[in-house]
Amino acid sequence: MDTDRLFNKSNPFAAIPAWSWIIGLLLILYPSFASDFFTYQIGAYSLLLGTVALSLMMLAGYGGMVSLAQLTVAGLAGYLMAILGDNSVGVMGLGWPWWLAVIVSVFAAAIFSAFIGAISVRTEGIYTIMITLAIAVAFFYFVRQNYTLFNGFTGFAGVEPPTLFGIYWRDPVPFYYLSLAVATGFVGAVLNASRSTFGLSLMAIRDNPRRMRALGYNVAAHRIAAYFMSGIIAGTAGVLLVWFNGRISPGTVGVDVVIDILVIAVVGGLRHPIGPFLGAIAFVLLENFAIDLIDRERFNTVIGLAFLLVVIFSPDGILGLWKRLRPKLRLGKSVPSAAAGTTPTDSHVSESVKEV
Amino acid sequence: MPATDALSRLQSAGLYALELEAVNRHFGALVALADINLTVRSGERRAVLGSNGAGKTTLFNAITGDFPPTTGRVRFFGEDVTDLPTYERVRRGLRRTYQISQLFGGLSVIDNIYLACRGVTRRRYSLKRPALDDTSMQAAETLLEAVHLESSRDVLVAELSYGRQRQLEIALALAGAPRLILLDEPAAGLSPAERGELIEILGSLPEHIGYIIIEHDMDVALRVAQSVTMMHNGRIFKEGTPEEIENDPEVQELYLGIGHGHG
Repeated sequence: MDTDRLFNKSNPFAAIPAWSWIIGLLLILYPSFASDFFTYQIGAYSLLLGTVALSLMMLAGYGGMVSLAQLTVAGLAGYLMAILGDNSVGVMGLGWPWWLAVIVSVFAAAIFSAFIGAISVRTEGIYTIMITLAIAVAFFYFVRQNYTLFNGFTGFAGVEPPTLFGIYWRDPVPFYYLSLAVATGFVGAVLNASRSTFGLSLMAIRDNPRRMRALGYNVAAHRIAAYFMSGIIAGTAGVLLVWFNGRISPGTVGVDVVIDILVIAVVGGLRHPIGPFLGAIAFVLLENFAIDLIDRERFNTVIGLAFLLVVIFSPDGILGLWKRLRPKLRLGKSVPSAAAGTTPTDSHVSESVKEV
Repeated sequence: MPATDALSRLQSAGLYALELEAVNRHFGALVALADINLTVRSGERRAVLGSNGAGKTTLFNAITGDFPPTTGRVRFFGEDVTDLPTYERVRRGLRRTYQISQLFGGLSVIDNIYLACRGVTRRRYSLKRPALDDTSMQAAETLLEAVHLESSRDVLVAELSYGRQRQLEIALALAGAPRLILLDEPAAGLSPAERGELIEILGSLPEHIGYIIIEHDMDVALRVAQSVTMMHNGRIFKEGTPEEIENDPEVQELYLGIGHGHG
C-alpha cells in the first residue's frame, strides 16, 4: 500500500492521474461531436456492457472468483423493472413508481447475486465457472418457460425510463450521460473499495484463503459480501439495459450473451476497473462493424479470434498491451518498475485469466 | 454432564490453554493421529518433536480446525472448540504459522500485518481506507518493528527474501492478542543469524503467550521450550522436560539414531 497515496485525505482528487482527467473530458464532450448512433448505440451501450463486466472484474480481479452469472443478475433486475413498473404487453406490469421499482430491482439483484455467491464460494476456479454457468442457463430456461411471471418466449416490451426534469431519458444524449454517470460512479466506488479494509481482505483471500481463515476471517462471508456488492453494480446496469432496449426477453440473458460479458472483461483486462470498458468498446465496435468486413453469421468468429489473439499475446487484455507499449512510447524517460506501481491485483491477473 | 465434570472444566479453564481428549484423525485407511491426549498450560512453551510423518503438522491442523479430528474433543481455555471453524478459534486467541510460508504475495508487508491485526477485531468489512491512527494499523506498525521488518514496510511480499518471509510469518501469528501460538518449523531454512533472531523474538514474548513449536533442529527446540512432546507414528511417544527427553535412551534410539551405531 502506498501510504502517501492512501492517507492523502486533504484532496482525494489529487490521486487521480492526469490521463484520467483527459479521458473524462473526452467522454463528457463525446456527444458534441458524435452522431446519435455513436452516442447511443456505441457510447451508451459500451458503458452499460462495461458496467456489467465491471461487476465481473471486481469479483475476478480482486476476489479471484470468475462468475458467469453477472449478466443473469443484470437480467433479473431488468425483468423486475418490467414486472414491477410498466410494460406494454399486458402481463404483470404492477405500475410501481419508477424509483421504487429501481430500488427493489437493484436490491433483489444484489440478493440474487449473494445467493449465487453462497452456493458457489466454496468452489474454486473451473468449478465456480461451471456452477455460475449452470445458474445462468437455468435462469434462461426458467424465464423462457415461465409465462405467468416472465411472459415466456416473448418477454416484455415498452419498458421506458421516466421523464424527469423535463428530459426524456431515453433520448441518446441524456441516456449517454446517465450511463456515463453510473459507470464513473461505480469505477470510483470499486477503486475506493479496492483500497479499503474489505478490498484488501478480498485480495488476500484471493491470494491465500486458508491463511485468511487462520487470521480470523470468515472467508465464505467475505466472498458472499463481494457477490452482493457486484450484484448492486450488475443490477443497476440491468435496469439501464432494459431502458436502453425498451424490452427484455430470454435472448437478453442467453448463454451467448453471458459469455460475451466474460469475453469483454478478459479482453479489456481484469487488473483495473477501466479494463472492462475498454473491452466493451472493442466488443461493441466489432459487433456493429464486423459485418462490413465479414458475413453477419461470422461475427462470433471475429469475436472469438480477437479473444484468442488478446489472450495469447496479452493475458492482461488490452490494459496489458498498453502496459507493454507504454515503455516503448516513453523512450528516454524513466520507466517505473512494475513493483513501484503497487497495483494490488497486478501479480494475480494472469492467474485469473489462465483459469478462465 | 455430571456436576463434577463441569466443576473440573471450570477449574481447568484458567489453567489449561489447550486440552486434547482422545483425538483421532483418519485420512481414509491412514491413521494420522491416534488417541492423542495432550494438555498445555496457559503460557507454557512446548516443543513437539518427531520424525517426518509422525503426525506433528496433522496435530496442528486438528487443533486449528484446518482438518478437524475424526473423533475426540479439543478444548481451548476450557471451551470446547471441536466444532468451531478455524476463524472462530483464531478469534479466541489461537494462532499458527505454517511449515511453508502462507503469505499474501500480492500485498505489501504492512498490509499483510494490518490484515492479521484487523482479522480478530470488528470492522473487517469496512469500506473505508484504514487511517493512520486506526488501532489495527498502529498495532501493525508496532509488530513490524518487533520482527525487525521496518525497512521492508512497503515491499511486496512476493519480493521478500525467504528469511524475511519467515519473519513475516511469525509477525502474522503474533498479531491481535494471541494466547497460544502453534509454530510449525519456524526455523526451517533460516541462516544461523536468522535463527538467533527467531530465538530472541520467541524469548521476548510476554509470559501469558504460550506456544507449541514443531522443530527438527533439536538445539532450537530445546532452547525455546519448557517441555517436550515426542510423537511417533501418529501417537504421543514421550513427554517430559527437555533434559529428560534429551537423555531418554528410547528417544535417542528412535529420534537421534544413537544406540544402533550408525548415527
